[in-house]
Amino acid sequence: MRSDEIAAHARRFFPDTFSARDEATVIVERERLLDALAWLRDEPELQMGFLSSLTSTDHPGSDPRFWVAYELRSMPLRHRIRVKVGLREDDPHVPSVTPLFPTANWFEREVFDLFGVVFDGHPDLTRILMPEDWEGHPLRRDEELGGVNTRYRGAFIPPVDTRGMA
Amino acid sequence: MRGGHDMDAARDELRGAGVAAEADLRDDLTGEVRQETMIINMGPQHPSTHGVLRLLLELDGETVVRCKPIIGYLHTGIEKNTEYRTWMQGVTFVTRADYLSPFFNELGYCLAVERLLGIEAPERAQVIRVLVCELNRIASHLVYLATGGMELGAVSVMLYGFREREIVLDIFEAITGLRMNHAYIRIGGVIMDLPDDGPRMIRDMLEVLPGRIDEYETLLSKNPIWLERNVGVGHLTAAQCLALGVTGPPLRSAGVTADLRKDQPYSGYETYDFEVPVRTDADAYARYVIRLQEMRQSLRIVEQALERLDHVGGPVMVDDPKVAWPAKLSVGPDGIGNDEAYLAHIMEQSMEALIHHFKMVTQGVEVPPGEVYQGVESPRGELGYYVVSEGEHRPHRVKIRDPSFVNLQAIPTMVEGSLVADAIAAIASLDPVMGGVDR
Repeated sequence: MRSDEIAAHARRFFPDTFSARDEATVIVERERLLDALAWLRDEPELQMGFLSSLTSTDHPGSDPRFWVAYELRSMPLRHRIRVKVGLREDDPHVPSVTPLFPTANWFEREVFDLFGVVFDGHPDLTRILMPEDWEGHPLRRDEELGGVNTRYRGAFIPPVDTRGMA
Repeated sequence: MRGGHDMDAARDELRGAGVAAEADLRDDLTGEVRQETMIINMGPQHPSTHGVLRLLLELDGETVVRCKPIIGYLHTGIEKNTEYRTWMQGVTFVTRADYLSPFFNELGYCLAVERLLGIEAPERAQVIRVLVCELNRIASHLVYLATGGMELGAVSVMLYGFREREIVLDIFEAITGLRMNHAYIRIGGVIMDLPDDGPRMIRDMLEVLPGRIDEYETLLSKNPIWLERNVGVGHLTAAQCLALGVTGPPLRSAGVTADLRKDQPYSGYETYDFEVPVRTDADAYARYVIRLQEMRQSLRIVEQALERLDHVGGPVMVDDPKVAWPAKLSVGPDGIGNDEAYLAHIMEQSMEALIHHFKMVTQGVEVPPGEVYQGVESPRGELGYYVVSEGEHRPHRVKIRDPSFVNLQAIPTMVEGSLVADAIAAIASLDPVMGGVDR
């Protein structure tokens, strides 16, 4: 199905749906996220049974600050759709979609690790790429690149970019 | 150094501990040795974990009761880095993610950015992209065969696999100046055309490789040890694959014909004649067979691409000074470098050319706001690039959906209940690359 047809189909239930650059995107409220994903998965004309990817973007200073994006793919029908949900800075919680798509487990851990978005109901919401005792969420836009102190066997190694060339 | 006295004391202590441990294992009432599970760490430094994968295994004797993969040891912040560089520099970062399939990373990223820009690479560039990607698929599958073989004790296959990969890497070196991390595919096309002897080198390879793949088959396909180690091992059904997000050869070994080159074609794949090998046994052996067949199919595509290059001429970069890389380049002994004639032109002849060069290199292309998800079929499955632009000279977000990252989630399902030795074969059959997993 073409992306505008997919969008037209989904718009009947989820009005905030549009098609751009051959991609259909559904924007839903957090409360309707699980309904939307389950519907897209089970709707016979769409059959979006495969969660390709899940990630977030960060927009500090705007409301909502975080946009969590779910990329769904239909293997039998060979098309895609994206579902997005916006989260406020003071309440970055979203229900975990692991009951619908078990593959979301590591994706959600990654977004929790790197953005600090909390996925309620996730079976094991722990850091996945950063060390367990890491402070902060590195992919947030207000976290700077580099400049991290390192401790190695008791020696304290200042960040490379503050050491100068000497 | 510790003195003799201390060493003796330490030895006594150890001996005492050993006795105590043995006593602990015996049940107080029956005196029988209790069955207890043992938790061991496999990795992160372990020859059969393809880099730095750590598995926390709970073992009952030789049987894996529980398995927890722990990743992150190779996290390099590639996604974060791209947000601090120009769009063009992004290519040099993403190519380092899954280092065994650099061209696929470059292609996925560039296709996504091109869709945001609303441009398409010229036809000749598209053919070259397909050509290098399929050569890359062969090189990657050869590494699977080599390392997978080594892990199961087939050391000759390891040597053969790397020997043939060298042929492909020599071609890459002739085309891009580098064996990996090429940054050859760029936004708007490829950075330069094939060298004059490129097609000849590839034709020479096409002569040699089919026979070599036959050799692997003779060595392995009916080899009793290879069969024993692979048949029925690492079983993962189609339903399990789809639920866990597993794509690529593991999914196709479970009977699902899913290949983005056919399902959602890009770079003109729909115009090439090739098949998608599928098996139904859903085990490590089926994945081995599929990868061998995929190499043959890739050779077919390479052949067709070479034929097209004979009559598809023209530029390999879009004719748009606001997108195309300004410099003329040439392949030197250590990669692609500036062409001396071009340097002379901007430094001595044309101030306008110098200004343009400076603008493009420091600032680069400006990408209109929007978001795009582009999937390409890498040797390991669906490699997706979710690229978000806010209309600046740098990406707002580049998310790499790496197939190894997702496929690794299936390890517990594949190995729990099987022997430790089978876990090795099962992981090898996923062919994970930690550079892509941790990014």
